[in-house]
Amino acid sequence: MQSYVQIENAGMVFNTRKGRFTALADINLNVEHGEFIALIGHSGCGKSTLLNLVAGLLDATEGVLLLANKEIKGPGPERSVVFQNHSLLPWLTAFENVYLAVEKVFGTGESKAQLKARTTAALELVGLTHATGKLPGEISGGMKQRVGIARALAMEPKVLLMDEPFGALDALTRAHLQDELMKIVAATKSTVMMVTHDVDEAVLLSDRIVMMTNGPAATIGDVLSVDLPRPRDRLALAHDPHYHALRSQVLEFLYSRQMRPLEAA
Amino acid sequence: MSAVNATTENLNDILSGEDIAPTPQVSTAAAPARRTPYFETESGKRLVENTLTLFRNAIPPLLGMLLFIGLWGLISHSVKNIPGPAETWHSAVELFSDPFYNNGPNDQGIGWNILNSLYRVGIGFGLAAAVGIPLGFMVGRFDFLNRMLSPIISILRPVSPLAWLPIGLLVLQKAEPASIWVIFISSIWPMVLNTAAGVQRIPQDYMNVARVLNLSEFKVFTKILFPAVLPYVLTGVRLSIGVAWLVIVAAEMLTGGVGIGFWVWDEWNNLNVAHIIIAIFVVGIVGLLLEQGLMLLAKRFSYE
Repeated sequence: MQSYVQIENAGMVFNTRKGRFTALADINLNVEHGEFIALIGHSGCGKSTLLNLVAGLLDATEGVLLLANKEIKGPGPERSVVFQNHSLLPWLTAFENVYLAVEKVFGTGESKAQLKARTTAALELVGLTHATGKLPGEISGGMKQRVGIARALAMEPKVLLMDEPFGALDALTRAHLQDELMKIVAATKSTVMMVTHDVDEAVLLSDRIVMMTNGPAATIGDVLSVDLPRPRDRLALAHDPHYHALRSQVLEFLYSRQMRPLEAA
Repeated sequence: MSAVNATTENLNDILSGEDIAPTPQVSTAAAPARRTPYFETESGKRLVENTLTLFRNAIPPLLGMLLFIGLWGLISHSVKNIPGPAETWHSAVELFSDPFYNNGPNDQGIGWNILNSLYRVGIGFGLAAAVGIPLGFMVGRFDFLNRMLSPIISILRPVSPLAWLPIGLLVLQKAEPASIWVIFISSIWPMVLNTAAGVQRIPQDYMNVARVLNLSEFKVFTKILFPAVLPYVLTGVRLSIGVAWLVIVAAEMLTGGVGIGFWVWDEWNNLNVAHIIIAIFVVGIVGLLLEQGLMLLAKRFSYE
């Protein structure tokens, strides 16, 4: 059987004012259905670019990307994205933000009441039933990010793409949302690709960690399978030697094999 | 005394049911304690606080006004023909006591003059908004159009509004549409430029959301483009109405007819300086009101 997401020899070249810049080269990755993949690497290594290729927000200049054996051409709601800075529309309430997505995906076949029920369910899933009528400006950063997740999940995507979704949050909120995300993903059996620069987050959440080399012409340096049993508990893992072994493998890759050159710092 | 009160109130209580029940409770509770001075109670403290803030906020502007009037009085004493504040005030009271008289085209009340000027500004500015805002959207959305029009806009924008008047008179043949044309051409630029800037500054994230959701062009416009650009549009509108009101006085001085600008010129010919000073205040106050009104509107529509 073919993999769900297939990335074959993908490359990305940007035409900048200073000339051609090769961001990604020779990316080969297969993601199985229901798998949680973390993309990790130093900033500027093109991990977000790779995610945007899967999202269809960028078109690969080389190679091909497939989802369920169909070529990815342009963005679409079956590959919903949770953006780093939540990207909620500030003039719409939490409910309206999610409803906009729900209406687009299911609007043709379902009644208004069904669409509203979907929206309410998605907000309930992320624990925001009390804040549905609030504008993004009236809720905290963590809540905004949860609305963003609710919006992405409500579309029932084939692949959920997350671009450093918790990067802008404080540590406690981040931990809380990570735990919630694990529960939601377990319940919905979503296929997830998540960009992160947080080693603990990558080990805690994912089935495989894709470690990327530094750019330009960044590519996949190594892939680490995280064979920790689920459900995972962050407190129990804190004393798990296997967890620490995995963690040090990622750290070793990032800080010893892919140390950023000094001039970049 | 309190005993008597209590009995009558109890009686009332019994007679009229529970409606007035809270009143006796309050009075009996307050009766035994020392009567707190009003300024020590919560509401009293708040009143003092509010009065103080009111004074703090009111004193600087009042002082400024007094200084201005004092300076004006001083000047009117030393310069011949400039009427002082008191004289102007009397003249204004007289003028505004009958603002809507009509003794033919060259002698109408101040109210008519203001309304006529507002009408011209409204038409000219309305046309400018109807053309300028959509044009701004297109200039912001399509880079080609932007690069095509920006040299023309850059050249035309700094042109003094009145330089357009002869062209208007030549083409439109009449004074009235010519002055509207001047308002139109001078107030269109802030709306075009601000709307275009607003469209260009829409965060890429919002457009990415639109792309991921695959929203239709209509939804993109109503749910993202329009609300995101609205604050910029309103800034443009506010600047434009300021310009339009600025220009109308000068345009009417040249074109004549009923209007505050022509009225100023007319009073200058009559050597009625008090009326000219009144006109200056009227123009200033109406302009302020227009701008404040739009500020309120802008606040209503700003989402951050």
